[in-house]
Amino acid sequence: MTSDTTPVERPREEITSGFPEAGAPRFESIDAVRTGLADVQYLADDGISGVVFLADRLAKPVLVEGPAGTGKTELAKSVARLTGSRLIRLQCYEGLDESKALYEWNYKKQLLRIQADSGQSWQELEDDIFSEEFLLTRPLLEAIKSTEPVVLLIDEVDRVELETEALLLEILSEYQVSIPELGTVRATQIPLVFLTSNNTRELSEALKRRCLYLHIDYPQMERERAIIETRVPGISQALADQVARIVRSIRSLDLKKAPSVSETLDWARTLVVLGVESIDAEQAKDTLHILLKYRSDIDRAAKELAGLDTTG
Amino acid sequence: MLDLLTGFVGELRAAGIPVSLTEHLDAAETLRHVPLEDREAIKYTLGASLVKSSTHWPAYETAFEIYFSMRGPDYSITGEDEDGDGTEPEDQEGSSQPGQGGRQGKGRGGGGGEGMTPEELADMLFKALLSANPAMVQAVARQAVDRYAGMEAGRPVGGTYYLYRTLRNLDLDKVMDRLVAQARSAASTHIEEGDQEHASPDVALTPLEERLLRDEYQARIDQLRKEIESEIRRRLVADRGSEALAKSIRKPLPEDIDVMHATRDELVALRKSLAPLSRKLAVRLARKRRHGRKGPLDFRSTMRHALSTGGVPMDPKFRYPRPSKPEIIVIADISGSVASFARFTLHLVHAISSQFSKVRSFVFIDGIDEVTGFFEGVDDPAEAVHRINTEADVVWVDGHSDYGHALTVFWERWGEEITPKTSILLLGDARNNYHATGAWVIKEMKARARHVYWLNPEPRAYWDSGDSVVGEYANYCDEVVECRTLRQLERFVGELA
Repeated sequence: MTSDTTPVERPREEITSGFPEAGAPRFESIDAVRTGLADVQYLADDGISGVVFLADRLAKPVLVEGPAGTGKTELAKSVARLTGSRLIRLQCYEGLDESKALYEWNYKKQLLRIQADSGQSWQELEDDIFSEEFLLTRPLLEAIKSTEPVVLLIDEVDRVELETEALLLEILSEYQVSIPELGTVRATQIPLVFLTSNNTRELSEALKRRCLYLHIDYPQMERERAIIETRVPGISQALADQVARIVRSIRSLDLKKAPSVSETLDWARTLVVLGVESIDAEQAKDTLHILLKYRSDIDRAAKELAGLDTTG
Repeated sequence: MLDLLTGFVGELRAAGIPVSLTEHLDAAETLRHVPLEDREAIKYTLGASLVKSSTHWPAYETAFEIYFSMRGPDYSITGEDEDGDGTEPEDQEGSSQPGQGGRQGKGRGGGGGEGMTPEELADMLFKALLSANPAMVQAVARQAVDRYAGMEAGRPVGGTYYLYRTLRNLDLDKVMDRLVAQARSAASTHIEEGDQEHASPDVALTPLEERLLRDEYQARIDQLRKEIESEIRRRLVADRGSEALAKSIRKPLPEDIDVMHATRDELVALRKSLAPLSRKLAVRLARKRRHGRKGPLDFRSTMRHALSTGGVPMDPKFRYPRPSKPEIIVIADISGSVASFARFTLHLVHAISSQFSKVRSFVFIDGIDEVTGFFEGVDDPAEAVHRINTEADVVWVDGHSDYGHALTVFWERWGEEITPKTSILLLGDARNNYHATGAWVIKEMKARARHVYWLNPEPRAYWDSGDSVVGEYANYCDEVVECRTLRQLERFVGELA
């Protein structure tokens, strides 16, 4: 990746000039973030709302870590909904490279242009085929070029190789993309950037340094109950309470995979659909497979919770 | 404020959390945007720029509590009446009154709390836990510390001592039993409606309900414990100042905990961080293997492909290196003193067993037994490790470590199976209870195996003191490695593969 000091001797160097100005702050206060998120059905705790607020004020990306299914991706989506921004999502995977994350030249179109000879000199032709018209923007460049407000979600950033991480560094700290043939594209507005990670590997120091760090863990019992009540329509308070309690008890067991928030919600929805008013041991046993995905975990939980034997 | 922040960052660094200069600057910038009177917000936003790993969070939290303790909100909130949130019907009478009294007794030596008898305090504690009113729990914590911790100004003991004293006097286990008994009787006698939790028609509590209640109370008791801990900390800060205190109660990061001397809580933390650690290690090793694939020129293949270009070798072909996967034999001492260390190592080695062509495990105390089978077909090493403790046949005479006998038996029974591809890991503190060392076995092993490593969970300074004979074994090992913490263990295993 080239830095922005690469000599670029072309007339149109900068697509948009000027350093990105921090726009008007999106949020008034931390409480505003929290209530705003609650309006779009995302219940944030102190940590989450504080960090989102700060990300906006400091114009820094947020690195969100935590167990699967605790609402990391959902947070980015909710913030987008809250601020009325467009959500641009880059799903990371092994083998992701520049041409899929940043930009790519449209070779076919360039080839066509060259073949459709219009009597231009080579110099003119070269200028022409390396212009914006022949550039295919990929999510990162897209987020930078966008003139409307944008929330950029870089999902599961721990899946890319260590080397590919470097691709992100320029965009995360300077909000700009350098294209050797074209110049530097700077953001007209500063997007809110969320990176999520499931912590399958240690991210590089360089990346972490540029981000605010937010760890989202399984919620407290009270918050989980509130989440169930907002996200599952038609659930009674008593049932939500019971679900939250059972899930907390299950999480305290030593399981291979503790139930995530999304699994909890699925479970609550199932119970509502089944028309359950109050969970008894039998029903819990029959529906545990929604909450837990390993046979041994299910057996364990059933046994621990109610002295039941699922094998029988 | 900036001075305070600098001191705080210094403390974080001293605790082992890497804080770079830019992160420090970010933190300073943070303070401009966040209202200073909102302590929770400050805590989380500062944390967002200073702490970049969830395992470091507890250490950060402790440091934060110390450095910003006196700026906490005033705890004498006049609470609302408690009778609204009845999880239990019984707590309605009289619970609000002692709660009120407790809160007034908040300042040291102040008001109502001073004259309370232990019985009253116990009663109050019981009610506070029953009603789960946070203000009341706090008041009780404060009272309990007042009464039981026996804190004296300037005494150079850590907070854990006071904590222990307070908790011992409160006897939380008994309180727990009382709470459960209470709930049980409430369920059987109380048939009145309007009580949402026990609206179940059965008279007695079902096992499920009882379990849930127990967990609920456990959570409340944990809350109380935390409250007491921070109360003690607050007072210590007031007494000694933050810098001095920070030094004395600094919490090590999980990867730096000394495995041999870990407390129960620390062991839990260790076990939790072991799973992600081994997963990360496996990913890293797999990546390392795939990486840098160019081997030496494959002349035959190059010529074969050159046929299509008329014999001109346009496209050189390279041999893919096939890094040989070592075969591992782990021989672990699982006697009391080093058991947890052996467990962690076995767990880690098996978690990344795909990186080795074969892993065989043996455990011993004074007898030795093969436990490889326990790990086969089990997708969770923790389970297998658990089985080892209960099922392996490792006691020969008296259940005290006898390295000499164990090694001799190993050599007689399995010595033949060591090949030049095998790496042998021996785990233990080599505290041999003055038995014969059997060091000749190590010498024989060394002659036959590729490498012999000894991992010793004791600090280097203790080696060869008392009945430790690690020096004798060290003569024949490739290397004796000090492995006191997960970090050291991870590094060693990473290099091995």
